[in-house]
Amino acid sequence: MEIAFYLAALVAIVATFRVITHTNAVHALLYLIISLMAVAVVFYSLGAPFAAALEVIVYAGAIMVLFVFVVMMLNLGSQTAHQERSWLAPRIWVGPSIMAALLLVVLVFSFWHGGGIGTISGEELSAKEVGTQMFGPYLLAVELAAMLLLAALIAASHIGRNDEPQLERDMNESVQRAPAGNDEGGQA
Amino acid sequence: MSWMSTDVLLAITVGVLKAIVILLAAVLSGAFLTVIERRLLGLWQDRYGPNRVGIFGSGQLIADMIKIFFKEDWIPPFADRKLFVLAPAIAFASLLLSFLVIPITPGWGVADLNIGILFFFAMAGINVYAVLFGGYASANKYALIGAMRASAQTLSYEVFIGLSLMGVVAMTGSFNMRDIVNGQEGLWYIVPQFFGFLTFLIAGVAVTHRAPFDQPEAEQEIADGYHVEYSSMKFGMFFIGEYVGIVLVSALLTTLFMGGWHGPLLPPIVWFLLKTSFFVMLFVLARAALPRPRYDRVMQFGWKFCLPLTLINLLVTGVVVLLTA
Repeated sequence: MEIAFYLAALVAIVATFRVITHTNAVHALLYLIISLMAVAVVFYSLGAPFAAALEVIVYAGAIMVLFVFVVMMLNLGSQTAHQERSWLAPRIWVGPSIMAALLLVVLVFSFWHGGGIGTISGEELSAKEVGTQMFGPYLLAVELAAMLLLAALIAASHIGRNDEPQLERDMNESVQRAPAGNDEGGQA
Repeated sequence: MSWMSTDVLLAITVGVLKAIVILLAAVLSGAFLTVIERRLLGLWQDRYGPNRVGIFGSGQLIADMIKIFFKEDWIPPFADRKLFVLAPAIAFASLLLSFLVIPITPGWGVADLNIGILFFFAMAGINVYAVLFGGYASANKYALIGAMRASAQTLSYEVFIGLSLMGVVAMTGSFNMRDIVNGQEGLWYIVPQFFGFLTFLIAGVAVTHRAPFDQPEAEQEIADGYHVEYSSMKFGMFFIGEYVGIVLVSALLTTLFMGGWHGPLLPPIVWFLLKTSFFVMLFVLARAALPRPRYDRVMQFGWKFCLPLTLINLLVTGVVVLLTA
């Protein structure tokens, strides 16, 4: 299980690096999907199959689809790739990278000496245990998250609202060529 | 390899061989279904269908394969080459991987995962990218519209494909497919979970983009949608991937709602195959009988009818499970 953990972690880091450095937005998103799946394998190797499955279903399977959807609609051409490339000039990223690297050194050092590293037992945590924890000690957090999501849902459906009556809209559609993706996007 | 005794090695070899047999059976049944569907459609529409090659047209698949292999494998010059090649592979592989969790008989089945059903949801989620990348990489307006429709439709129906099965999970108390089949020893879940069954059936058809939910590839409006630029074996993978999807959803319906391998008299494998073939034929019959609804109606049906239905079903199931526990 330790080999699986380190391999998946390596894939996650390399893929995330390519997300930042890639100039084509859709290809960068593909790397981000791979990165999320690698994180799912990391969860799995740590003995949390439920979290791994949710990571793929929610992040890779739903949220990233919307990202790809939007980028696809924007129809970015070679101009954007050029712009991306100009943003990747060394004078922009060298400073922050050195500082981030320093923080990484501190983190690795403290792990090395603080004894924070446990071994990976590969013991599995079942979905039932996760549920018991969620609706036991962490009930308040779950309820708060639920309320936040409900508020977001209401806001989204309000923004995506169509005031025109159905019949009138159907008749106008052929004249105006209203984008078909509009109302579905709001409801989704 | 001293830590591996001969018993362990033998168990691994048998397990791998079984997995390969299941894989080949899934692919072959998907491939043969392309012909069987046309024959069945012919039967129900009072005509012959393809019956020229071999006995009763049994050799039609070989003829089709030869034809599809010898077509020019063309990548349009304006396409995004990497994604264009990747998309059919995702389409084929992600659905095929889901066969991993299906228990066929008490002794047969590839993996006995704790997260069972969730693995299928994950793979169905990955499957969206095949359509999305295929449509984007083709750099074709029809393909793009098809990809848009497909991803919006799949996302909407995935919301309640998950919820429709939670009733089954609540009744069994486990995500594990074997536990679910064993839980149906006395009564198949199609009876207490009838609305879960209906919504899963509808969502399963929608997720595999089959008629009447085939708006993403509607020939009349958008000329086959996301795979309009594909030819030869790349198209073949999309095509057979769709049929593998049908077999997969049928097998899932069998496992989750129709008691899997359980049944009187006949051996388990026969029951499993019989029930799965029944659902496959239902898929074909739906294509033969139902016209394609308008796209926005499909979306409204999903959000305004199926989603509330699954939520109410889950609520009632939860109350019943709590009261009887």
